[in-house]
Amino acid sequence: MEQPQPPNRFVRQFALTQGRARSVGTELALDTLVRRTERGVRAARGLSGEQLSIIDLTASPISVAEVSAHLHLHLGIARVLVSDMANLGYVVVSTSEIGAGGPDLPTLERLLDDLQSL
Amino acid sequence: MTSSLYDRDIERDDRMVTRSLKIVVAGGFAAGKTTFVEAISEITPLTTEAPMTQLSIGVDNTGDVRTKTTTTVAMDFGRITLGENTMLYLFGTPGQDRFWFMWEELVRGAVGAVVLVDTRRLADCFPALDFFEQHQVPYVVGLNRFDGKLRHRAEEVREALSISPNVPVFPVDARVRGDVKRGLVELVTFAIAQKRAGRAPQG
Repeated sequence: MEQPQPPNRFVRQFALTQGRARSVGTELALDTLVRRTERGVRAARGLSGEQLSIIDLTASPISVAEVSAHLHLHLGIARVLVSDMANLGYVVVSTSEIGAGGPDLPTLERLLDDLQSL
Repeated sequence: MTSSLYDRDIERDDRMVTRSLKIVVAGGFAAGKTTFVEAISEITPLTTEAPMTQLSIGVDNTGDVRTKTTTTVAMDFGRITLGENTMLYLFGTPGQDRFWFMWEELVRGAVGAVVLVDTRRLADCFPALDFFEQHQVPYVVGLNRFDGKLRHRAEEVREALSISPNVPVFPVDARVRGDVKRGLVELVTFAIAQKRAGRAPQG
């Protein structure tokens, strides 16, 4: 993080998404989970570097933040790529129902139980 | 089962039964945020980056005056798998408090926040406390025991930081998994109490 990145890295990342820094439609949250689909696995042979890596990474659900971290992509770029792949049916994403007020009471109570039994 | 039916079935969003929850870990520079996350995370903490292109002129935490036209916000995070289908993410706040736009996103839908306080530098956590109070995010305060010693007692810190009497303030050693787990339990217990009381958390 401390070392300066080559200037073309940022440009190249945007080229991956045809210049889009934001995904179309619902913005994916940092912790939105991504998992590959059978269709994604079947399509993998024809996919380019980053899309293929996303298929590889998402055999089990991982967050958009993890996709960004593992592929060394800026968060906004990772969001666009995942969003595009979800639109193509290559991955499924978790639907976030948690509003600004945070999780509901039953969810919090279960979380408490889970943490206590860690 | 025909291929097309199968395709349609697996693309349904509700096939993703795994849910995610997040907790924010905040605190001043070098207050132990990443150490805290690392102590309990099942993965080595990862870093996600977002570019920030605004002009910002200021004094950073190392005391150097810098002028930046572009910079990158970096957030460290870890993960805990709970049960079969819940992933709990712990996100450390960006190191510099001026990256508020990232904080907004971090707290949206979050369970709450653990604010780590370095008792040698109490004032460092003021921006975090202010932010969580303004955004009505439940938070608890962990006094990180550097070198196993606390410079101030919990009640002295509560008074010094004007923390509401109902907000838990407790010692924590961010290196120790049991301490971190207890801190998370404190937070969730507090968030439940706030929710049951049916009112917005007060700072």
